[in-house]
Amino acid sequence: MESVFGLVGADFALVVADSSAVHSILVHKSNEDKIMVLDSHKLLGASGESGDRAQFTEYIQKNVALYQFRNGIPLTTAAAANFTRGELATALRKNPYSVNILMAGYDKETGPSLYYIDYIASLHKVEKGAFGYGSYFSLAMMDRHYRKDMTVEEAVELVDKCIIEIRSRLVVAPPNFVIKIVDKDGAREYAWRESIKDTSVPTA
Amino acid sequence: MSIFEYNGSALVAMVGKNCFAIASDRRLGVQLQTVATDFQRIFKIHDKLFVGLAGLATDAQTLYQRLVFRHKLYQLREERDMKPETFASLVSAILYEKRFGPYFCQPVIAGLGDEDKPFICTMDSIGAKELAKDFVVAGTASESLYGACESMFKPDMEPEELFETISQALLSSVDRDCLSGWGGHVYVV
Repeated sequence: MESVFGLVGADFALVVADSSAVHSILVHKSNEDKIMVLDSHKLLGASGESGDRAQFTEYIQKNVALYQFRNGIPLTTAAAANFTRGELATALRKNPYSVNILMAGYDKETGPSLYYIDYIASLHKVEKGAFGYGSYFSLAMMDRHYRKDMTVEEAVELVDKCIIEIRSRLVVAPPNFVIKIVDKDGAREYAWRESIKDTSVPTA
Repeated sequence: MSIFEYNGSALVAMVGKNCFAIASDRRLGVQLQTVATDFQRIFKIHDKLFVGLAGLATDAQTLYQRLVFRHKLYQLREERDMKPETFASLVSAILYEKRFGPYFCQPVIAGLGDEDKPFICTMDSIGAKELAKDFVVAGTASESLYGACESMFKPDMEPEELFETISQALLSSVDRDCLSGWGGHVYVV
């Protein structure tokens, strides 16, 4: 099962996701990027049904971009999170998406923030959050070691501790993880934590 | 596990002497896992009207957004705030609209009506109103809350005593319920 977790630091927010695309007992690929960069200062880490995940996150990304084109200014993280919750809530009683989301963003006025959005559209602003079977381990580690206003180095140390726990304690532990960060300089990939290297696909 | 017990909640409202108090727990959970310990369940509609929403968190959030929308529209049209009795009827109507696909929420409404007379009521997820003169409860801890409130409640309490009573009733009840707790929010008006 897919693990996504994230936390807020002093002036940044981190989102970490595993990178295996699994179908029943088969691992299709182990370098799947599940954290979408929504816009310059937002990250959307998603876990759940892979089709829903890819389609819904792309839908949110395009709508966030559309807002910026129409209005000339980007959405705040809170606004984007509420928009996402609205879409999930509307679809919930028609054609529900099975996607759990952690949205991280950095706003100039309010600083870094992390939003936890359930697959049934429960929204909550949190300082640390996690989804999946890995959440039992990563939340516990974060509860123990997390402090407000951590530096990037301290936060990545904590993330590595969580990854070690997930790898050693989860029976179907995902081998690889991707870490993305968002701060005042924008949203970007920070690092990969790989224990199995996928062969890269030759471009067509 | 029932859908009402998915997120866990505890809500109680009590009537005092020309005042009311409404209190909720702070836990947001996903079945056995606690996600947050600072979740807001009680919302202000206007200075003298509060609504608490127990049950499924997503429906509580959706319902709250709809209620705020309807109240703002009312304010624009009538140029005044809604009376608590009117608001209760509005909530009941909105819930019954979804009779065959309901919001999995139990609202607790508390407000001061004409001449600051306190008004509290609760309803089930399809809008069956339950008016009470003393206290109303909702959520996963409701049975414990009924017991605690019944024994601790006295009529015509002053705000300070009401605050103490409602807090103690809430805390002792949620301590016996694993799905709610992690502190409480209390509003006294």
